[in-house]
Amino acid sequence: MNWDASIPVLVVASSLLPGLIIFGLAEDRVRLRTVLNLFGALSKLVLVGWMLWGVYQGHLYETRLALLPGLELVLRADALSLLFVTLSTVLWLVTTVYAIGYLEGSPHRSRFFGFFSLCVTATVGVAMSGNLFTFLVFYEMLTLVTYPLVVHRGTEAACRAGRSYLAYTISGGALLLVGTVWLYTLAGTLEFTPRGFLHGLDDGHRPALIVIFALLIAGLGVKAALVPLHGWLPLAMIAPAPVSALLHAVAVVKAGAFGIVRVIYDVFGVEFAVGLGVTAPLTWLAAITIIYGSLRALFQDDLKCRLAFSTVSQVSYIALGVAIAGPVASIGGIVHLVHQGLMKITLFFCAGNLAGTLGIHKVSEMRGVGRRMPWTMAAFSVGAFGMIGVPPIAGFISKWYLGVGALEAGQGWVVFVLVGSSLLNAAYFLPIVHAAWFQEPPDTWPEEHDFGRKETAWTLLLPPLVTAAIALGVGLFAWAPFSPLEWAKLIVAREFYRP
Amino acid sequence: MGAVFTDIPWGVGLILLPLAGGMICFLWPGIAKIAGLVTAFVVVLSVAGLGWQILDDGVYHHTLGGWGAPLGIDLYADGLSLLMLAATALVGLGVSVHSSGYFEGEYSARFWPLWLFLLAALNALFLSADIFNLYLTLELMGLAAVVLTALMGGRDALSGAMRYLLVTLLGSLAYLLGVALLFHNFGSVDMAILAGRVEASPAVRAALGLMSAGLALKIGLFPFHFWLPPAHASAPAPVSALLSALVVKAPFYILLRLWLEIFGPLSEGVDALLGLLGAAAVLWGSVQALRQTRLKLLLAYSTVAQIGYLFVAFPLAVAAGLTAWSAAAYLMLSHALAKAAMFLAAGNLLRFGGHDRIPDLDRVVQRLPLSTGAFALGGVAIVGLPPSGGFVGKWLLLEAALSQGRWGLVAVIILGSLLAAAYVFKVLGHAFTQASTPHEPRAVPASMEWAALLLAMGAILLGFLASPVLALLGIGDPFVASGVGP
Repeated sequence: MNWDASIPVLVVASSLLPGLIIFGLAEDRVRLRTVLNLFGALSKLVLVGWMLWGVYQGHLYETRLALLPGLELVLRADALSLLFVTLSTVLWLVTTVYAIGYLEGSPHRSRFFGFFSLCVTATVGVAMSGNLFTFLVFYEMLTLVTYPLVVHRGTEAACRAGRSYLAYTISGGALLLVGTVWLYTLAGTLEFTPRGFLHGLDDGHRPALIVIFALLIAGLGVKAALVPLHGWLPLAMIAPAPVSALLHAVAVVKAGAFGIVRVIYDVFGVEFAVGLGVTAPLTWLAAITIIYGSLRALFQDDLKCRLAFSTVSQVSYIALGVAIAGPVASIGGIVHLVHQGLMKITLFFCAGNLAGTLGIHKVSEMRGVGRRMPWTMAAFSVGAFGMIGVPPIAGFISKWYLGVGALEAGQGWVVFVLVGSSLLNAAYFLPIVHAAWFQEPPDTWPEEHDFGRKETAWTLLLPPLVTAAIALGVGLFAWAPFSPLEWAKLIVAREFYRP
Repeated sequence: MGAVFTDIPWGVGLILLPLAGGMICFLWPGIAKIAGLVTAFVVVLSVAGLGWQILDDGVYHHTLGGWGAPLGIDLYADGLSLLMLAATALVGLGVSVHSSGYFEGEYSARFWPLWLFLLAALNALFLSADIFNLYLTLELMGLAAVVLTALMGGRDALSGAMRYLLVTLLGSLAYLLGVALLFHNFGSVDMAILAGRVEASPAVRAALGLMSAGLALKIGLFPFHFWLPPAHASAPAPVSALLSALVVKAPFYILLRLWLEIFGPLSEGVDALLGLLGAAAVLWGSVQALRQTRLKLLLAYSTVAQIGYLFVAFPLAVAAGLTAWSAAAYLMLSHALAKAAMFLAAGNLLRFGGHDRIPDLDRVVQRLPLSTGAFALGGVAIVGLPPSGGFVGKWLLLEAALSQGRWGLVAVIILGSLLAAAYVFKVLGHAFTQASTPHEPRAVPASMEWAALLLAMGAILLGFLASPVLALLGIGDPFVASGVGP
């Protein structure tokens, strides 16, 4: 095995092995656990950095393991997978720091961090899958390893949320499985290929392919929380804050959205999918989800629930971007994969800080909280403005490209969806920001913990500040080399519209 | 070194070693535990030796005493036999390690000879190449299994064992009648010879019906499953593991062999019927499993359902033989490891809490993490989620069904998996919560926990080994005899 082939395996192993070791650690081995976690996260970061540089120069990193006749487990780093891998790796590092602070002194941390690492392992596997079969394997593994995180607290509500999560995701997984096997029996391959591998197929298979597309999108749409398959997401808010952050920003919903991108571009191919007439319904579905999620978010008083419905809405920008099927909109959709992750994780970190430091769980309790926790709320405000699409924060870039792309593809109505969604975003975020900064704080907070002169522990404060800064940075320096935007352009240029 | 290995008649050893071990355990109960563990371990080594031999020279033939068929007894092992032997040896080792902690005193003295006797019968069965020896080994296995079921006494166990005894005798009798019919008409009991001689005739049809029905009864195929849940659930945990993982697989193995060698081309309509019963078993067993409130009963009904999957392969094999039979073989292996692990884990939970009521599981995820982990991993394989052996098996089965457009069977396969997920996670959900009635836990030895966990890990590992395992399975082309390949 040469060096290039072993890197994808090492990237997966860099979270898998620490995770497995952590399972075996006693509860009080805090230092060793922290070292293992950070060592895994940092070494993954180094490996991913190495691959970024290589792929930028046209290297290919690929590992194969034969499994069944004609089917292999393939791990491959191309431009699109690296976008997702880099996002997961960076956010894993940040979230690990946050989780160490957040869970300090709470029980069952070895179990938590073990599954946390496995969750990232599965996400990275999803990102680097070189064919639909491998994708399916890691996608299902993600379902399984996330379950213990959702029910981590072991309360009745947590178990109910876990049951609903599994009911949705396992059913979705079953649809995905049927679609995948069916596709395999028709096409004889599942290898992700730029511009798809189905255009050579007989015309008689078109109806079957439409059904397969529906099956795959339904299976992926459960995790991507497409309406009406989004029901599990708000319930899963019962999980500890770092889990919510990771679920929403990186792991689960993004795996679904990423899968939709893969299916449209590397399985069906944009042109073939458009010819099949399946992208238009997906555009509609995404648009409906965007508006529906925003509307529901408007009426949530629970802060995490509001953020959850906001996720439902925002993640569909990705599906929208690829379903519009034009190059500029594609850039918008793909870059939103990163941008939404950065902004949403910031918001969830902040929500966790409010809950952990002051016992604030509801929007109505947030009056004047900006004076008590100025740094946290500053990060929150950056995230919120970014979600609304205020320049120069990351969200603006995504929406700009989506809008321009929709016009370019002759689908002007999408612009109205974007504007409407932005107005709704503003309607559910601005009151929070206003109340936090400009209203008088109450005399006592629901459940205040004392952190001395600091507003909260540094492990809790640093992560949102870092992610907020990155969200601002990728917007401000969107035209710098290696920015997510430039990388998205590289993906679109390399994979989809290469002559 | 290779030459030394190839000279040893490993197949004979696989039968004589456990017999000798069982004798020693019977004569000197004081060293039963040690002797049993050593035997189980040596059997694993012997299977490895046999595997080595088969990889080197292809299909294994051994004529006992130099008398060949049709007069003497032949031992025969191809890829399929080897995998069954391997599954038996591995599950056997795991169960042996678990049992060394589970059984104490007089129970230990009774368990070991019986279990090693059962092991010898199983090994002999998988090595037999004629339908009469298959009958003998099947009968011996059945009797040993019945006595093991009743080992610890108690009303439930005795009535379960009694019913099991009647069923197993009846099943063997039906099978024996079929053997007699075939022998009478074609003058041989050797499979290969029969394969060349049989032709469609009323006698063959009668034999086919009798043998299939008798075996289906012993396998516990729906609607003949009525005896299975009480017997499997009331036996001691290591015995439940053996029953579900191995003992029901043996008659299925015989049926599969009969089908592949003798009845395959003559069975118009019967395969459809078996498929239908299999589908019904999948749905009925899964729904019943979901309704259970006792852990071991849940697992027993799950076995009923998983057996159904094996029969779903029959109608699919008509047009996609290799894929469908590979799927059945893979599911058989995966279920053997996974279900053994789950029963052992259930035994640990039962010992820990003093009961196996699912709603009263008390935070076992924290308090017995290895056993709960074994249950979870085994469950993953049973559901057929990747990466696991069950996933590979179900993938192949789905592939066979979808390539023929058999939508009904596709729906059954998927629905069975969803129901399986529901009953596995029903248990795991309760594992996280605190029970309303706390209880004083009883310690579980580490060896019992690890035995379950390692078996479960084996079921997961099977998910990555599909390529070599299927290559091994192909030795001697056991699935090509059915005529139509893919």
